[in-house]
Amino acid sequence: MTSTVNRPVSKGRRAAEIGSRWLVLAVALLLWQLATEAAKNPFFPPPSEIGAAMVDLWLSGPPSQLFMTEKVAIDIVPSLLRLLGGWAAAGVIGVALGLVLGRSDKAYDYFSPTLNFLRSIPPPALIPVFLVLFPLGTPMQLATIIFGVIWPILLNTIDGAHTLDETVVDTTRSMRLSRPRFLITVVFPAALPKIFAGLRVSLSLALILMVISELTGGNSGIGDQMILAQRNFDMPEMWAGIVLLGILGYVLNALLLAVQNRVIGWHTRSKSLTGR
Amino acid sequence: MSRLGRNIIGTVGVLAAYELVGRSGLVNPEFIPPPSVIGARLVELFNDRGFSLDVVQSVLAWAMALAIAVAIAVPVGIVFGSMPLVRSAFSAIVEFLRPIPSVALIPLAIVAIQTNPEMKISLAVFGAVWPILFNTMHAMGDIEPVQINTARAFNLGRVRTLTSVKLPSILPFVLTGIRISASIALILIISTEILAGGGTDSDELWERGGLGTFIALAGGGGARIDLVMAGTFTAGLIGVAINLIFVTIQRRWVNWSDGDRNQ
Repeated sequence: MTSTVNRPVSKGRRAAEIGSRWLVLAVALLLWQLATEAAKNPFFPPPSEIGAAMVDLWLSGPPSQLFMTEKVAIDIVPSLLRLLGGWAAAGVIGVALGLVLGRSDKAYDYFSPTLNFLRSIPPPALIPVFLVLFPLGTPMQLATIIFGVIWPILLNTIDGAHTLDETVVDTTRSMRLSRPRFLITVVFPAALPKIFAGLRVSLSLALILMVISELTGGNSGIGDQMILAQRNFDMPEMWAGIVLLGILGYVLNALLLAVQNRVIGWHTRSKSLTGR
Repeated sequence: MSRLGRNIIGTVGVLAAYELVGRSGLVNPEFIPPPSVIGARLVELFNDRGFSLDVVQSVLAWAMALAIAVAIAVPVGIVFGSMPLVRSAFSAIVEFLRPIPSVALIPLAIVAIQTNPEMKISLAVFGAVWPILFNTMHAMGDIEPVQINTARAFNLGRVRTLTSVKLPSILPFVLTGIRISASIALILIISTEILAGGGTDSDELWERGGLGTFIALAGGGGARIDLVMAGTFTAGLIGVAINLIFVTIQRRWVNWSDGDRNQ
């Protein structure tokens, strides 16, 4: 959701920055370890125990499977597939709808109140609705993720498509592009920076909805594993789920940022050249 | 036709289409009740004392959580943000803590905190602290040096510099952070209510479960989808109201900046 101001940084300074980041993390981990060991609170196991639980759960398999256990296929893979599938589906629908609505003021005026209302519903409140409408498990979870995360993508695409440079519009009009070609070859690339901003917000929201939907109704996934651990009062295993979700959130965000830099690096570079 | 005219016609059209589909027999009205049925249910619910208490409780819990988050995150953000070394160390930690979806802590809170309003309020506070903290810290680091130097040239003291230069400069970004946190806090309150359940059908405000529990119970036991949808619609109304409040505040008081740089 956030990006700090882009200023040119030398490679050495960059490496030093990244290095100090991990150093801070290591110190924080150490403090966490010492604090939890001193507190001896059963609900807050030390990170060493959490790490051991994570290895035990997911990384104690045979070398032929890259040390991954059977539980990886039950806990992590379904979660990832739902998360990425729901997010991708919401992305495709949101971008397609957004390009059309963003280039037509009339269509936007007709539908904006409805869209704004649907967007304002806190997505978890829809889970009970989808629990009744869809079969328990993946269909209901996918519906929750898609419906919940489509709004930032849709509204950002509308915004990006709407604020297209008028010169560009006039130029392409003189080229007599067909409407679909105009939307795909001109509007879409111009709206990409906004679309990426929407995709990032949606990705973290998708993670949240994946967890909630697995906590409410499911028989696989990280959320389900956490509920089982909670029922068995196995706090290290429950914390293993929390930490794994944190790592997942961090890695997914970093991956998307890398893709974003590749695809729309031109945009940020031109921005830093013009000073904004 | 004016924009408002199209807004109204479009909304009426969407509702009419939904009503027609709901009544045509294409879908089972037990599963997808038409808007007229949901509307009737809403009127009944708003006259129901228990439901009103549920709504009031959820909104109050949300407001308390957001207020606590602001009270923690803004001062901490200002202090940490004004010391460059602390800022860069702390933002590394924030970077690692922020991606943890705060709903992942619900199972922990259910066993560790247990008592109801405290549990959902503390979860919502945890979720809402990060965006405000992050925005405040970064805004403190990005204040124009010219402004600070000007204040120094005018011999303003530290306190005056803070209140009349730094605070106005960071305000738009802090507000954007609070706005993001407001919707996160609402998501966490409703999710915890759905997942933790609990609460009784009592006349005491804080003994009830809140709006999320109402929706979950209506969907769970009797699969009363009309009640579920009426409850979800109410949650949507709360979301709209919260959005309106923040749009108004930002237009009125910080209209010189959209505070959108961090988006």
